[in-house]
Amino acid sequence: METLDAKFAALADPTRRAILARLSQGEATVNELADPFEMSQPAISQHLKVLEDAGLIIRRVEGTKRPRRLAGTGIEAMNEWLAMLGATMEKNYDRLDEVLADMNEHKQSKQNKKGEMR
Amino acid sequence: MSKMTLQTEGDSCLVVMRRFAASPEAVYRAHTDPELIKKWLLGPDGWSMPVCINEARPGGKIRYEWTNGKGHGFYLTGEYLELNPYHRIVHVERMFLPDPTPDNHAETTFEPDGEGTLMTIRMTLPDEQTRASMLASGMEHGMEASYARLEGLL
Repeated sequence: METLDAKFAALADPTRRAILARLSQGEATVNELADPFEMSQPAISQHLKVLEDAGLIIRRVEGTKRPRRLAGTGIEAMNEWLAMLGATMEKNYDRLDEVLADMNEHKQSKQNKKGEMR
Repeated sequence: MSKMTLQTEGDSCLVVMRRFAASPEAVYRAHTDPELIKKWLLGPDGWSMPVCINEARPGGKIRYEWTNGKGHGFYLTGEYLELNPYHRIVHVERMFLPDPTPDNHAETTFEPDGEGTLMTIRMTLPDEQTRASMLASGMEHGMEASYARLEGLL
């Protein structure tokens, strides 16, 4: 669960979300990432470290370059959690649909009875 | 097509929207009358809510206890902050799994939508760290619920 905490904390920062959005289009080096964000390399490297520690991105070694890419599983874990929360709520609300239908039926039969009594 | 949507908003909000084929009054009552709540707010199949306290007034208490009948259970406590009957509810809640999760602040609105109701729940968490730990503990619970459901299938 510590890693999931780290993932959400990592995602709470807009710059890091933008970095992930960029990486979703493909692998990129620190230089390539630093340019569009107008940030210094050390600043970008710091964000990359947070994302890497959270298991959201992976570093590859290619000569002197260290291109980063998305780690599929990190994002998947969170999507999975949201899907699970959603599935539980959907199930509750499907049941609520039935409860509401019963309430309506009950109300209508009461109204019918009132009508009969008149 | 799914009737419910769940999405994140900004850094600290989760927004759930769902339409119901009933009046705002009926949907509101189903969220505040314990006898009605016990019929649907149950999570996975096989779970029940033996304790359901819901004092629908400002400052009123909420307490839900769930069990799967096989020794697994957890509970939630909360307090009502504001109630505008049939339109809007503001409350705060936390789950005990058994350690308490951070407070989840929720605003629920019930708006007329054609013949039915559009319900919107906006959950706001104090800060990113709190959201992170709430989501983390929610995941633990969600997984346990899934395992419980799996047990039911075996």
